[in-house]
Amino acid sequence: MTAFTAIVVRDMRLSIRVGGGALMGALFFLIVVTMMPFALGPDLALLARIGPAILWLGALLASLLALDRLFATDHDDGSLDLLMMGRMPLELAVAAKAIAHWLTTALPLIVITPVLGLMLNVELRAMGTVALTLLAGTPALTFIGLIGAALSVALRRGGLLLAVLVLPLTIPVLIFGVAAANAAIVGPAPFGPPFTILCALSLASLVLGPVAAAAALRHGLE
Amino acid sequence: MQLKADNLVCSRGGREVFAGLNFSLSGGEALVVTGRNGAGKSSLLRMIAGLVHIAGGRLELDGGEADASIGEQSHYVGHQDSVKPSLTVGENLKFWARYLGAGERTIDSALQAVELAPLADLPAAYLSAGQRRRLSIARLVAVPRPLWLLDEPTSALDVPSQNRLADLMRSHLAGGGMIVAAAHGPIGLERARELKIGPS
Repeated sequence: MTAFTAIVVRDMRLSIRVGGGALMGALFFLIVVTMMPFALGPDLALLARIGPAILWLGALLASLLALDRLFATDHDDGSLDLLMMGRMPLELAVAAKAIAHWLTTALPLIVITPVLGLMLNVELRAMGTVALTLLAGTPALTFIGLIGAALSVALRRGGLLLAVLVLPLTIPVLIFGVAAANAAIVGPAPFGPPFTILCALSLASLVLGPVAAAAALRHGLE
Repeated sequence: MQLKADNLVCSRGGREVFAGLNFSLSGGEALVVTGRNGAGKSSLLRMIAGLVHIAGGRLELDGGEADASIGEQSHYVGHQDSVKPSLTVGENLKFWARYLGAGERTIDSALQAVELAPLADLPAAYLSAGQRRRLSIARLVAVPRPLWLLDEPTSALDVPSQNRLADLMRSHLAGGGMIVAAAHGPIGLERARELKIGPS
């Protein structure tokens, strides 16, 4: 497992250092959610009703932010060639990169979520539950995005293509994420079923994402 | 240990780069690949490394590890140095050593071998092109692998560093290793065989 942890540690270190872009996701999320009440006006009931949707859309867009650079930097400086020559299967190497990306982009965003309840007129306990839905759902966003990042690796401006490729695939995650968050905040639908499906989506993409991304990278060689 | 190519065909972007290429290389031998620009020198090295699809023919490594591909038993030094500017010199090398499956014991001696030991704590962003190339060569020393694939390894290196690299290559060959290098000029090995590809 040392090769696996080596990648996780290196990628986290790279994103924390200058020009790395850690916390960019969390800051973007913060600014999007903060702007919403100014755009919608001071209707507290409305804010509470659409709060979960705003939070989930914000998280979705934030998780796409640095994704196009996930493989592109390694491709540009030749590191990707060497990653492919390691003893560890490429699928695991790719999964390690995704985990590092999730830890530096999605996790800070989840941590600040409870505080954002202030902006959206949602009480702290319900925001805790919303943070829990993000914790369960954002791995799916990262690992689905991984496939898009691998497909657009050789393109100079892959960002927009990546969004077009990836966003439609994240619709199920969005539906069940917002459903679970809504159930926690306003009810009356039960929280369990959408949350369970959200977990299932994350687990499935945890397996499928790295396999598809590694296949896309290998195909890109030829 | 023997690397054998039999009737190798390389095709890039639908165009045939070379065809019918044969060579064999035994432990302790070096092969210098020469040819015009675009003849397929780099493609051949990347093909051996497993980074370019083999369009036809066979490529085998006899006497190596049975369950590892040729790429997994070789080092590839290409035109890019695989160096992350925001990591220090030591961190860069330590990552590759850990990823490629060696311990961290070899790091210091590898940095000394390319004369970068005093710069171990410097961010790699401040390295010159030649120093970056040396850092990338340090990987070959830190992680033992039988086959070295070097694409114009002397580019950007000053004369003392070129001699240093030649010493490293000689001791690799003396230990039974193999080297395939693409080059336009001499790389400092006296007994290297030459493989010319493409039109002259």
